[in-house]
Amino acid sequence: MRRKIRVLFAKPGLDGHDRGVLVISQALRDHGMEVIYTGLRQSPLQIAQAAIQEDVDVVGLSSLSGAHRTLFPKVIEELEKQGAGYIPVVGGGVIPSEDIPYLLEKGVKKIFTSGSCTDLLANYIEELINP
Amino acid sequence: MGVNNQDSTPRERWETAASKMIKRFAERKERFITSSNIEVKRLYESKRKEEVGNLGYPGQYPYTRGIHPTMYRSRFWTMRQYAGFGSAKQTNQRFRYLLEQGQTGLSVAFDLPTQIGYDSDDVMSEGEVGKVGVAIDTLNDMEQLLSGIPLDKVSTSMTINAPASILLCMYLAVGEKQGVPFEKIAGTIQNDILKEYIARGTYIFPPKPSMRLITNIFEFCNKYVPRFNTISISGYHIREAGSNAVQEVAFTIANGMAYVDAAIESGLKVDDFASRLAFFFNAHNHLFEEIAKFRAARRIWAKIMKEYYGAKDSNSWKLRFHAQTAGSTLTAQQPDNNIVRVTLQALSAVLGGTQSLHTNSRDEALSLPTEDSARIALRTQQIIAHESGVADTIDPLAGSYFVESLTDEMEKEVMKYLDKIKEIGGAVQAVEEGYMQREIHQNAYQIQKNIEYQDEIVVGLNKFTVDEEVEPDLLKVDEALEKEQIDSLRVVRDKRDNKKVKMTLTALKENAKDEKANLIPLILEAVKAYASVGEICHVLREEFGEYRGV
Repeated sequence: MRRKIRVLFAKPGLDGHDRGVLVISQALRDHGMEVIYTGLRQSPLQIAQAAIQEDVDVVGLSSLSGAHRTLFPKVIEELEKQGAGYIPVVGGGVIPSEDIPYLLEKGVKKIFTSGSCTDLLANYIEELINP
Repeated sequence: MGVNNQDSTPRERWETAASKMIKRFAERKERFITSSNIEVKRLYESKRKEEVGNLGYPGQYPYTRGIHPTMYRSRFWTMRQYAGFGSAKQTNQRFRYLLEQGQTGLSVAFDLPTQIGYDSDDVMSEGEVGKVGVAIDTLNDMEQLLSGIPLDKVSTSMTINAPASILLCMYLAVGEKQGVPFEKIAGTIQNDILKEYIARGTYIFPPKPSMRLITNIFEFCNKYVPRFNTISISGYHIREAGSNAVQEVAFTIANGMAYVDAAIESGLKVDDFASRLAFFFNAHNHLFEEIAKFRAARRIWAKIMKEYYGAKDSNSWKLRFHAQTAGSTLTAQQPDNNIVRVTLQALSAVLGGTQSLHTNSRDEALSLPTEDSARIALRTQQIIAHESGVADTIDPLAGSYFVESLTDEMEKEVMKYLDKIKEIGGAVQAVEEGYMQREIHQNAYQIQKNIEYQDEIVVGLNKFTVDEEVEPDLLKVDEALEKEQIDSLRVVRDKRDNKKVKMTLTALKENAKDEKANLIPLILEAVKAYASVGEICHVLREEFGEYRGV
């Protein structure tokens, strides 16, 4: 039997809005995944280290404070530096659509914006990890 | 309101209070009428005595019908739009614009580094400088932020919590430079740390030293800044984090009681500070439940202050509140629909008797509001005030079977939660155990499921959807700002008297060790020497430690 999909959710930067990330964590657990949530105020380095230590299949980043353009690419950079560039990164939060192409170009796999359905995210991760 | 003559009836006492009030602030019109020339009376009431008892008259205990005897017949609520982004200079321009547009009070949003006590050049601040509010590092930024704004004429609300004492001191220092004495300075600091642990996330220090800073502020302002609201006990963010209306009021009041307890424990008398406590609630979707919520909250607080704490001054019994429409109900889809949501939510706050109001902008689910969106949001309040007629009689929904019944039921449900929190050992203990956080999270998850199963309809999101049109113009914070802010901070560091900075910071550190010392005068000295928010917080972090979430 395949192992359960392991997901790390993280809040990079100083943003304190965690309603979304908490709801999504629980929704993915209900979908049978294992979810590790880092808590608030994590640096890109801390997030990358946690992803490696926890041996996760995917990293989810949440930001509602407008720092996504700086911080999401930094997490990917740190993962690459640690030789874990293979772990896919997805993002969500308050993210203007004009920023999405930039984030995708920087290596973020997909952005889920405000109003996204949790099933959509769960199915996406399922497909991504077990195609 | 002076001494009540016990021989007079409540109605007579209200009439006396109302005419006194009208002498001070004339009513907006000689005569209030409908379109059909029907006179709108100041007050409509039940003839049944037992009904009056639990409601009281406007401006009378237990204040179900409002805290002022004439409410909006004399003066509308304060229209106070929360604003701040980028540099102090940019925000100063937005403030001047809003004041020109008829806004009557200022409300400052700070960026996250300022709120969490990091300077703009701290590695933790990367990507966050000037994003969700204005970046303030030193007094120099505060001087620019308030440039040309007379601090004896406006009242300013500052959304600042863990470093509230520092920003308050900066504000006072700017006032001093303008020649405005402390006793003329009016405004509010949020200063509500408990809800930061529960719902908002901008905490720095652990609960105990945080509570000390808060009571230090109560004491200092009681002596020197008597017109300043020293705390705004906030249910707003609790609701935004996913609570329901009852939980919002219950947890907020429980937190309020924890502040009162802490202040009394530090040696203050309840009537010395209680009248400067203010509240901040969410104005959410369910119109009638929200109206009932505001009315119930006033009644519960009045009873607690009078009966439980034994406050004697009627000003200590009054729950004064600011309201803001519910950001979390706004959708990124079909954003113009949000104008309608905000209108209904704002109406609930007005019908619930709010003292001030912020209406959200339609584009907040997408980005920070543009100037256009911010103007529509302000116009929404102005239309409710000047065109709808809802402000022409006091507490117009009193006596509605539905609203009164909801008000009673909310009171009952809130009291159940308060008993439960008391059992746990009070709000501080409940926060440390994560009790409120769990309650809120469970409710938030339920709401999400309801929306996904369409048990709750969100127009434009899970029903009546369209293929999205082009995204509207959004506000952009210039990416170069972070560097500019860092450069300007470095200039201040070079120019200031660094010996003096060191001296004031050492004095602060020494006094922080002494639990009995009031730290506000020391913070004021540091601020005046142009010590930065980050430097002051660093000293306090060393002494107090840092809070890590549960």
